[in-house]
Amino acid sequence: MSKVKVAIIGPGNIGTDLMYKIFRSEHLELALMAGIYESEGIKRARSLGIKTSINGVNAVLEEEDIKIVFDATSAKSALQNAPLLKEAGKICIDLTPAAVGPYVVPCVNLDKVKAEPNLNMVTCGGQATVPIVHAINQVAGASYAEIVSCIASKSAGPGTRQNIDEFTQTTAKALEVVGGAKKGKAIIVLNPAEPPLMMTNTIYVKVENPDEQAILASVESMVKEVQQYVPGYKLRVPPLLDGDKVTAIIEVEGAGDFLPKYAGNLDIITAAAVATAEKLAEMILTKEGVA
Amino acid sequence: MSEKRYVHPVDMTMRDGSHAVSHKFTKEQVAAIAGGLDEAGVEYIEVSHGDGLSGSSYNYGWSYEKEEELLRAASGAIKRGKLTVLLLPGIGTIEDMKMAADCGAKVVRVATHVTEADVGEQHIRKAKDMGMMAVGFLMMCHMVPPEKVVEQAKLFESYGADYINIADSAGAMLPDDVRARVGAVVEAVNAPVGYHAHNNLSLATANSLAALEVGASFLDCTLRGLGAGAGNTQTEVLVAVLKKMGYETGVDLYKVMDVAEQIVEPIMQQPQVVRNASLMLGYAGVYSSFLLHTYRAAEKFNLDPRDILVELGRRRMVGGQEDMIIDVAYELSQKRRREVYENREYVGKS
Repeated sequence: MSKVKVAIIGPGNIGTDLMYKIFRSEHLELALMAGIYESEGIKRARSLGIKTSINGVNAVLEEEDIKIVFDATSAKSALQNAPLLKEAGKICIDLTPAAVGPYVVPCVNLDKVKAEPNLNMVTCGGQATVPIVHAINQVAGASYAEIVSCIASKSAGPGTRQNIDEFTQTTAKALEVVGGAKKGKAIIVLNPAEPPLMMTNTIYVKVENPDEQAILASVESMVKEVQQYVPGYKLRVPPLLDGDKVTAIIEVEGAGDFLPKYAGNLDIITAAAVATAEKLAEMILTKEGVA
Repeated sequence: MSEKRYVHPVDMTMRDGSHAVSHKFTKEQVAAIAGGLDEAGVEYIEVSHGDGLSGSSYNYGWSYEKEEELLRAASGAIKRGKLTVLLLPGIGTIEDMKMAADCGAKVVRVATHVTEADVGEQHIRKAKDMGMMAVGFLMMCHMVPPEKVVEQAKLFESYGADYINIADSAGAMLPDDVRARVGAVVEAVNAPVGYHAHNNLSLATANSLAALEVGASFLDCTLRGLGAGAGNTQTEVLVAVLKKMGYETGVDLYKVMDVAEQIVEPIMQQPQVVRNASLMLGYAGVYSSFLLHTYRAAEKFNLDPRDILVELGRRRMVGGQEDMIIDVAYELSQKRRREVYENREYVGKS
């Protein structure tokens, strides 16, 4: 079966984890890993037989067959890269908080995803919690959704640390726009415990119709859907109803592709990005009449 | 030894004290307390949700009034002192800080877990740009050795913090622990250093004096000791003790005592004493704000609050993880259900 050629810009932890996930993909072929200097990530990709470049986005623009580009740089660089990639007719899957394009949470709105020039993967906390809010909203109506994501300190890179407000603001917005809550609020806590803790996410939803059985069924089925692309996604505490307040807790264990298992927060966003790219690749291949 | 040393009490009755009234302060109460503290000569008057700006939530408890209204009420009543706010990055944002500044806040204390100062860099820098006084506030300092506290205090200083506050958020430190940490930070940074105690082991005032001994010059306190867990260092007691020791605070003792007795005491929901669960916070080293949430979870799941707290301590939970109280309570209740079930099985077979 033929594959769609993709590139990664940003060979850091996220970019490297993406690379390993792409190796397993049926529809994606990694054609280029682009960075801006001879980093560990560039060397690693080259040693695995991947073409590399230190010319950043420009190297990607030169390759006409590359159709999909993962941007794993920073919000600042992603803002500069977006118009260039668009002009070159490439679809950008943005893993930074730049939020140029619409938010994608695969199990919620992948069906609605079109081959838009730019798709944004929200935040790790958003990928973990929006599905649950959506599942509850569908059967019970979410007038308010609040989430608390706790990640291991070791899995929070400098990008997250220096822009922690972006996490809370972007996640809160995605709870509304994708999750369907009338109002969203997001909180993030870093915990330095050793050995590092698994990512946990607590979801509180104020519901209009507190039907416990319907909520439980909807959440359980959603958890199974997320598990299709994030096998380590599990319900620690099933939805508990207290008046009109629903509380549920999710744990995310990473796949351990490149990042350690406790970095479920990073795994869930790279897994979501690859799931999105696979869907786009199917669409491209179908259109070309190859698939 | 001729000049009297000056100590700055930082009153947090309407911030940490907010935990003890489940964040139910009204505008009128805030105006009265802030006005009273200001009249008594207290320079730093902190007003925020107990978990900092924007803390009002399911996770930390809902405020009775909008934060903006409380800040405006306090600001209107403060003539000489400085309205101070607390911000925990990850909960509050720069937008909240701007709102607070619009309401008249002059000082922002940016609080992070003791190992995570870098998440507060953008907030400290922005506060300085906005012309505010900015404080780097390290929580749960009992969890790490003095060298680590020093490393993180230096980070805050490098971002431009005007003073560094060392917090014993779990009320778990003994006086020697305080001397070791505060003393090391005083030695290592040029900025002044403050200290924040909780009374879970009945050591709040003693620990504050230990901090003073090694060079702290800002001390956190609340009227009647109102605060998370067993509360904080009691403002009026601290002022009296410092006066007796010959320190200058700029605070009128009788006036500050009157605010405590006439305004704060009638508002209190329960006496601020060391109950068993708050003693366990200090003993097990658990974040003091977990207390009332733990009582609620214990009641809901029919558990002993001490069991929940010990497990939270074992898991090394940090400030802000109130959600994990439910996780622990649920797990303990499931475990107990299994045990009951297994016992029944056993009885059935015998």
